[in-house]
Amino acid sequence: MEIKILGGGCANCKRLEKNTIEAVSELNLNATVLKVEDFQEIMRYGVMRTPALVVDKKVVSSGKVLSSEEVKALLIQPV
Amino acid sequence: MLLPVWVLLYLNLERMADLLIYSLLGLKEGSHFTQALWFFVFEVPKVMLLLVLVIFVVGIIRSWFSPEKTRKALEGKPLFAGNVMASVLGIVTPFCSCSAIPLFLGFVEAGIPIGVTFSFLIAAPLINEVALVLLIGLVGWEVALIYVATGLSIAIFSGFIIEKLKLQRFVAHWFFQIQANQKNNEEAKLVFTERINSGFTAVKEIIGKIWIYILIGIAVGAGAHGYVPEDFLGELLGERNWYGIPLAILLGIPLYSNAAGIIPIVSVLMEKGVSLGTALAFMMSVIGLSLPEIIILKKVLKWQLIAVFIGVVATGILVVGLIFNFVL
Repeated sequence: MEIKILGGGCANCKRLEKNTIEAVSELNLNATVLKVEDFQEIMRYGVMRTPALVVDKKVVSSGKVLSSEEVKALLIQPV
Repeated sequence: MLLPVWVLLYLNLERMADLLIYSLLGLKEGSHFTQALWFFVFEVPKVMLLLVLVIFVVGIIRSWFSPEKTRKALEGKPLFAGNVMASVLGIVTPFCSCSAIPLFLGFVEAGIPIGVTFSFLIAAPLINEVALVLLIGLVGWEVALIYVATGLSIAIFSGFIIEKLKLQRFVAHWFFQIQANQKNNEEAKLVFTERINSGFTAVKEIIGKIWIYILIGIAVGAGAHGYVPEDFLGELLGERNWYGIPLAILLGIPLYSNAAGIIPIVSVLMEKGVSLGTALAFMMSVIGLSLPEIIILKKVLKWQLIAVFIGVVATGILVVGLIFNFVL
């Protein structure tokens, strides 16, 4: 599983990253978590609001700092 | 059901402050310390109550808006109408300044003129509900309304002027090479209880972030209220000095504060003789022109465009300040 956090480097984006890492470790998932700060790449996902969460190339959330519980809920769902 | 409690508390604030300060603590009326403490004890709950109410209401209103919807609404609008709409929508659309770039790019890709996009980007941070509440609570309704009206005017006209200056060439090269990829992400329709929830969430999040600044700001205000003589600043920054406003703006631009911290200070500045125009100019340059947002925009806009952006908005603020100092 490949998880990306899209964000420009502000505090909200860092919090989402932290919560996502927490969620992944709590679920014991075999996943890579990457932070994408380059806007050209962010634009390619078509999001207008950061921070955004991308799981296996699909945008699952944008514009919200999800708590680790919320991230877990999203990761468990079959995509 | 919470509302009657709110109303009761709000209407009795003065009595509660009097009770605490004069009866319970037995302090003498008129001493500097008493005045400062009374101010603090009265203003903190008052401001908190107002904030909770307004943030809650605005949080609910915001659940109807999103950058995607705003973009759709702005597509194809003629210039000036677009500036007006973008500025108004800038107030109600939920927006965090880190989203400035994706939003800017998204708008421009949809064919929205950069001037209209700028109107949005100027109005969003400049006209802030926390600032509005604090102004109502600490200074008065009239000034709060003036703030909104002038903020909107600045956003509308700055955006309009920026468009007329035809500065498109100062947007980063790579931007125009990205393929149109912004699908309109599906947005779930919210049930009303979910909207109420977003109101509560907004209150928790925002007040959680700013309560300490409010306390500090009001404490500073209380100190000045109790100890600084009236009109102390009037001589330096009052109406007749021409340099008051430019000075206020220059001070305000690099200062980045959220509205919560700066407005109690502004209200006390005004109490101590700083004229309305100068105080407004200071406040708007602090919250409207934020250094962090500019640093972020640097990634996608060349410095010439950024300079024009700052220049036009600063001039707009200057004009507003001048009008209030010299004409009214």
